[in-house]
Formats: sequence, C-alpha cells, structure tokens
Amino acid sequence: MRVRVGYSNKVLPYILVAPQVIITLVFFIWPASQALYQSVQRQDPFGLRTRFVGLDNFAAILEDPGYLNSLYVTAIFSISVAALALGLALLLAVSADRVIRGATAYKTLLIWPYAVAPAVAGVLWMFLFNPTIGSVAFALKALGYDWNHLLDGNQAMLLVVLAATWKQISYNFIFFLAGLQAIPKSLIEAAAIDGAGRNRRFWTIILPLLSPTAFFLLVVNVVYAFFDTFGIIHSVTSGGPARATEILVYKVYYDAFEALDLGGSAAQSVILMAIVISLTVVQFRYVERRVHY
Amino acid sequence: MIEKKGMGTWLTHAVLILGVLTVAFPIYVTFVASSLTLREVLDAPMTLIPGSHLVENYRTALFSGTRMNATPVAGMLLNSLIMALVIASGKIVISLLSAFAVVYFRFPLRMVFFWMIFITLMLPVEVRILPTFKVVSDLEMLNSFPGLTIPLIASATATFLFRQFFMTIPDELVEASKIDGAGPMRFFRDVLLPLSRTNIAALFVILFIYGWNQYLWPLLITTDHRMDTIVIGIRRMLAAGDDQIEWPVVMATTMLAMIPPVLVVVVMQRWFVKGLVDSEK
Repeated sequence: MRVRVGYSNKVLPYILVAPQVIITLVFFIWPASQALYQSVQRQDPFGLRTRFVGLDNFAAILEDPGYLNSLYVTAIFSISVAALALGLALLLAVSADRVIRGATAYKTLLIWPYAVAPAVAGVLWMFLFNPTIGSVAFALKALGYDWNHLLDGNQAMLLVVLAATWKQISYNFIFFLAGLQAIPKSLIEAAAIDGAGRNRRFWTIILPLLSPTAFFLLVVNVVYAFFDTFGIIHSVTSGGPARATEILVYKVYYDAFEALDLGGSAAQSVILMAIVISLTVVQFRYVERRVHY
Repeated sequence: MIEKKGMGTWLTHAVLILGVLTVAFPIYVTFVASSLTLREVLDAPMTLIPGSHLVENYRTALFSGTRMNATPVAGMLLNSLIMALVIASGKIVISLLSAFAVVYFRFPLRMVFFWMIFITLMLPVEVRILPTFKVVSDLEMLNSFPGLTIPLIASATATFLFRQFFMTIPDELVEASKIDGAGPMRFFRDVLLPLSRTNIAALFVILFIYGWNQYLWPLLITTDHRMDTIVIGIRRMLAAGDDQIEWPVVMATTMLAMIPPVLVVVVMQRWFVKGLVDSEK
C-alpha cells in the first residue's frame, strides 16, 4: 500500500485507530477465537467441567442428521433465492433500461423494498399466506389448492423463499441497471447495423458484458440467503414445520440459545466462519479477474 | 436510438408494471389491514378496499400497543431511531478516523491494524453469536443502548470506502495545508471532511437502514420490553399464544416499522444508489 505525503506523529495515529481497533478486538476477534476454542471443548451436563475433545464436536455435527438436514435446507433455500432474485431483477432491469418514458418512476417504485427489514418482509408475506385469513391463501383455496405452511414443509420453504426474494430483487435491480447503463451504446448500435435483432443483441453482447455484475451479485445473494435471512426464518416459520426451513444460521442460534449445546454451536459457528471466509475470498479473488470478456 | 417503438415497448411496460404491482402488493394488503377492524380482517376473504379505522388503529399501536403486549409503539420507534442513528454515525466517525490514520500516517503496526479491520468484514454477527453475546453480558451491557450499538459500530466496509476516497485526494492539498501551517487534525477537519460530504451522505443512508433493520442482535441483547426496537416489537405482538392476534394493530405497527427507512431511501435516492454501489466495490 502506497504511503503518500503524510504526517509524522508518534501518538496521534494510534489514538485515531483506537476506537475501531478496540471494538474489533473486543467484539470480533476475541469472540471468534472463543468460538474456535469452544469448538474443541466439551462441557459436562452441569457446566462444571470442560475438557478437550479435539475434533469430536465437528465429527458429531457432521454425523448428526439434524445438521445434514440443515445443510440441505440451506442449499435449497439459497439456490432458490439467488436464482429467483437474480432472474427477476435482470428481467426488470433490462426492461427499465429499454423504456424511455417513466424509467425514473419505475426505478423509484422498484428499489424501496431494500429498506424493509427481513423480519418485516417475513411478516408481510406471512399475513398474505396465513391459512385462515390470508388473501393469497384464500385465493389458492378457491382454486382448489390447499395452503397451510404451518403443516406442509414444502409450502413453508416456498413462503420463506418468496419473502427473501421479494426483499432482494431491488438490490439486484440497482446493480443490474447500473451495469446495463455502463455498456457503451455504440456497441449495441453497431450490432444493430450489422443486422442483429433484439434477442441476438441481448444474448451475444449485453449478457456477456453483464457477466461480472451477475457473478458478483451471485456471491452477494448467496451470502444474503445464508446470513441475512435469519429474521425471515425466525419470524415466519421458526425453522419449522419439522425443521423444514431450519437454515444453518437459525440452527446455530437455536442450538446455542434454546438447546444450550455450547460445543456443538461453537463448532457450527466455526464451519459458518469458514463458509463466509471462502465466499469473501471468492468475491475478492475471482469476481473481478476471471469474468471479463 | 434503435427500435424504441412497436410491440416490444408495450411488452416492456407490461413487464415493469407487473413487477411494480407484485412488489407493492404485500404492502398494499398490509396497509388495508391496518385500516380495518379485527372482525373485518378475520372475515375471509379480507376486503382489498381501505376501511375507516386507520387513525384509530395507528393511535392504539402508537400509544397503547396490543392487549397482550401492552408496550406502546411510540417508545419502540424512538429506540429504533436511537439505535439506527448511533450505529450509522458511530460507524462513519470511527471509520473516517481510522482511514485517516491509515492513509496519512506512517507508523509501526499500520498494516496489522489494517488487516485486523479487514477481518471484521468476514465475521458477521450471525457466525459468532454465542461468544459475542457472552462478551456483552460479561461487560454488563445487556438491555442497554451501548450494548445494542457499540458491538455493531466497527465497520470494515466504511473504512475501506473512506480509504479509497482519501487515496484519490491530490498530495498537493496536503502540502499546501502544511505550508499554511495546518496540523493533521486541522487538515482533517477543514479539507478532508468537506471533501467527503457526498460519501458520508451516501454511506449514512445505507448504514441507517442497516441499523434500523437489525433483528438478531436486539433479539439477543434486550429482554426488557422498554428496550424493544420496533422490528422486535412486531415479533412479540405476533407471539400472542392462544389469544387472537390483533391484526389491525399489528399491521399498523408493521407499516410504522417500514415508513422511516423507506422514506430515507426514496427521499435520498441518489445518495442511496451511490452508497450501495460504492460500498460493495
């Protein structure tokens, strides 16, 4: 990192970084190291003694059907959310980029769900799909489809996917639109002069040029589905019915605060940290270098 | 321009209008429910025409809460506001200071600090729930505003953003202010801060929403109802047990929880988009 024309002072820089560094040490580094430490310890049922158990906690987790179920649920959930949110946002962004009249109005009307808290988004959708009073649940029943996400695991999953997607579309939309507007118009006009139709231009010019944005968004959406959707799960399904929507983050919370399994929860935290770190590395290393044409 | 007329245009508008309607539909239904009586809400299918109890429901929510959870929402709104403002301004202040130190000073451990801040980017609260909770409880910060806000104030994203921005400021400005006899803090206050105004505004919008929408953290840290943020309050209202949930009041509360952050995004749209795009670079 380049050091520029600057100041020399023995004390001042330390005072300046102190607040950030102290908070980081106390609330980030220390707890993370505690999680690492606890993940190789086991506590007796009365919390009196702890002993070193090596990787036993990890082995126990990876053999636990509940954890494997949670992995599976998380995979289904994040793939569905990312695919739906990216697909719909791309469709809307391409449309908004095409229209001349009203483009700003559409933009304003599409970006605001970003501001809605995940837990609140969950409540909105839960109300629509409430089996006894929800408008959409009622319409589905009228069509002969029996909706009750409190009993049916697949329906519960669909509901949390819908709520999570609804909230994420606006974020993806903003980035896709910015990406589309950065594509030089001359390229598209040149292709049009060469006789490429609208669809041809989309698939051979616009989409490849948009791929860095899309790849970046894919990573962000997976991170979102993994970690930021806790509020949706907690407020809509609480992981149920029968653990059908118990994503990893929810399970860490549940095992730590409801089931009080310290070592197990710490080991799960460590696995989650590994997932976040690898996703962040992917984002930094590959996103900008590999995908450009 | 090319092919901006014809059938395609209508189709494009149709797609957009359908998108806007789908996005708005859940909010509209919530708004309607917040203007009806409980009996009207329970009478399936619920009407989609706003009723006449709007003022009454919002008044009940704001000043008395539901019967089961008799905490007035006005207090929750205040808690959420304090939390969002403290987190947003706290993050901005400490990130400005540490970015200033890292860019303009040469000192031992500079890179160590830089990487330490970078690590926070990788450790969202969701992955270190229990140990962080324990630290806060050991420091006796449960059920307090410091406990709610301080642990969330460290920000790698904001530090990077300001660092990136400071690097683009020409060296001549530093030299000029040195020649004029200004010390480092004077340079920070009179040159860097005014130049960072747009970045601060953009970041503020994003961070305000981040703070307002916190869920897991307040859920763990606050057990006292007087400390409830509005997002947590809704959850408590819905956990009414065997009792009938008072939907109109809950839906009024839900609207109240959405209005401030949505307003911030819509009013400050330009800074919002800038903040979003910049902070993810």
